[in-house]
Amino acid sequence: MAAADRQRPPFVAMLRDSALAAVVAALLAVPLLGVRLVDNAGGLTLDYRLPLVLYAAAAVFAGRLLLSLAGHFLAPSFRDMTVSLPRMPRNSLIIVGWVLVAAAVLLPWMPFAERNLVDKLTLILIYVMLGWGLNIVVGLAGLLDLGYVAFYAIGAYAYALLSMHFGLSFWICLPLAGLMAALFGVALGFPVLRLRGDYLAIVTLGFGEIIRVVLLNWQAVTNGPNGITGIERPTLFGLSFSRAADGPTFAGFFGIEFSPVHRVYFLYYLILALALMTTLFAQRIRRLPTGRAWEALREDEIACRSLGMNPVTVKLSAFAIGASFAGLAGSFFATRQGFISPESFSFIESATILAIVVLGGMGSQIGIVLAAVLLVGLPEWFRDLSEYRMLVFGGAMVLIMLWRPQGLLSRREPTILLDPKPASAGATVP
Amino acid sequence: MTEPAATLLQVDHLTMRFGGITAISDLSFTAKRGDITAIIGPNGAGKTTVFNCLTGFYQPTVGRLELTHQNGKRFLLERMPDFRIARDAHVVRTFQNIRLFAGMSVLENLVVAQHIALTRASGYAVAGLLHLPVYRKAERRAVEQARYWLDKMGLTASADQLAGSLPYGFQRRLEIARAMCAGPVLLCLDEPAAGLNTRETDELSGLLLDIRKEHGLSILLIEHDMALVMEISDHVVVLDHGACICHGPPAKVRADPAVISAYLGTPEDEAIALTRGSR
Repeated sequence: MAAADRQRPPFVAMLRDSALAAVVAALLAVPLLGVRLVDNAGGLTLDYRLPLVLYAAAAVFAGRLLLSLAGHFLAPSFRDMTVSLPRMPRNSLIIVGWVLVAAAVLLPWMPFAERNLVDKLTLILIYVMLGWGLNIVVGLAGLLDLGYVAFYAIGAYAYALLSMHFGLSFWICLPLAGLMAALFGVALGFPVLRLRGDYLAIVTLGFGEIIRVVLLNWQAVTNGPNGITGIERPTLFGLSFSRAADGPTFAGFFGIEFSPVHRVYFLYYLILALALMTTLFAQRIRRLPTGRAWEALREDEIACRSLGMNPVTVKLSAFAIGASFAGLAGSFFATRQGFISPESFSFIESATILAIVVLGGMGSQIGIVLAAVLLVGLPEWFRDLSEYRMLVFGGAMVLIMLWRPQGLLSRREPTILLDPKPASAGATVP
Repeated sequence: MTEPAATLLQVDHLTMRFGGITAISDLSFTAKRGDITAIIGPNGAGKTTVFNCLTGFYQPTVGRLELTHQNGKRFLLERMPDFRIARDAHVVRTFQNIRLFAGMSVLENLVVAQHIALTRASGYAVAGLLHLPVYRKAERRAVEQARYWLDKMGLTASADQLAGSLPYGFQRRLEIARAMCAGPVLLCLDEPAAGLNTRETDELSGLLLDIRKEHGLSILLIEHDMALVMEISDHVVVLDHGACICHGPPAKVRADPAVISAYLGTPEDEAIALTRGSR
């Protein structure tokens, strides 16, 4: 039957379908393109631009028709086209991981490395770390969290405020910020224990906004929209990276000439270490009862309860641990920028981090690196084209969902094998 | 009742209402230690509801569910949340529509079932994160325990496959193996033979008898396959419309006119004769 259809394409149906699409496009184009508010001498008037509406409708008509024709004549059907990557053996993924780590460590010493590049990589690494942290909540425990940036904000403000009021150093504040974010993770976790899927996503979205709005309005503590300035910069075992400081400086101690680049490189290595810690932790905990319980909870909560697992502790531990990594990343962000304001913690950040996790393939550590480079790195390099950023972003998302709905790299490795081969025993994929 | 520990489960006046619907009304029965007790009845008789009450998924409207361990420790199941019934009272169940962790491997399913023991051994993840020998040893023990059940269920070859990709009969067996890995005192099986062919059902009955003998386990069974029920159970409880219409050894239940009429339905005059006869 399919063969008979292919011989005689249903042109009438295609034309009707395309015409319908064109009508929808025209209706949408009337308010979007068809009218423009013009500021005349006599006041505001409307300028009608009918041709633009017609162009849009014509473009949609032609495009839709071409798409149907292509779908009809090209076999296998356009819709069913999914990209399948060659199945890489487990060991080669480990090698790719270690090569990436080595490249990241050596990169600042390469001849082409300059301050700008290292700075951009630092930014990408923040998102890699956030992606790896969110992956614990979304990828392992299956709890869709749309307010992850709230914990990032809590970590940043925790460091900024502790350092400002109590003069605590970065290295003391870092674990405190993680702890603080974990506490908020538990506080968010409690009311949402009964929710799953979309409902959970909406509540976490609300939580993210609550934190941002509180930061914006609690003038006395957070200084509101003006943010907090002059946040203390981190030191290397007490060595400051400034030109001149009360204590010893990095340049002075090693007897080298002062350069602002030193701090940039130091921050790069700091976030690299934090991010690696995150992924090593995630890799290890996946193989522990805690991590297996998260995955089991994602698969079937009722079965978990029938085996004696307390869903409350399982969920709260996932929220708390995921949040604590965002807190660490947040305090790094604060110390790198030296300035934070609620503006940096808007919903779009949560959406970007979630997009990184989904695009990378849930549960895939290397996939998340790849997605962070694509989603955060590319817009940085193509700043000139920033007007088209959201357009490309949306287009890329649609293509990924069509062709690789499971994410760029996604293949779950069992956490335990019955008879592990010596080659793959105990190894971790960064 | 020779000694108090002979009674494993005592169900008294169990009633479960959902709004105006009474799913179970005033049900009382006992299950002896080491017995296979079957709960049978037509569709909608309330069998699974009994299971849900026993395992804490439902809170009974009225009733007392008392479980006594070998050492004399008593648990009032109607007062415990579901996960504590599995964790502390060691009542573990399977489900009518199989509930495996489909995206995880067969072995992982069996290791997750040993969560409680492993979590303690991993020092609530601290010893595990540090990769201390105490945790490594516990994990090896868990794998050995899983391997024992894989061998018994004939699943060893599929150990590293995804549980969701197994054929139906294998999934049923894996669910029983998973429940056994949780170390039950009372194993509740909800229609374990549903969807199995004759040969698989025969294997299942051999397996259940075997498990009971080797592990001193007590089994509570919901089943529609009468041949299986009559073959392996020591005690049968027949439910109809939420009430117990007959209980006793299989031979007695099989001959009971009320049971026959509940299952087969009866012509009107015969039914009248039956009710007269029983009065």
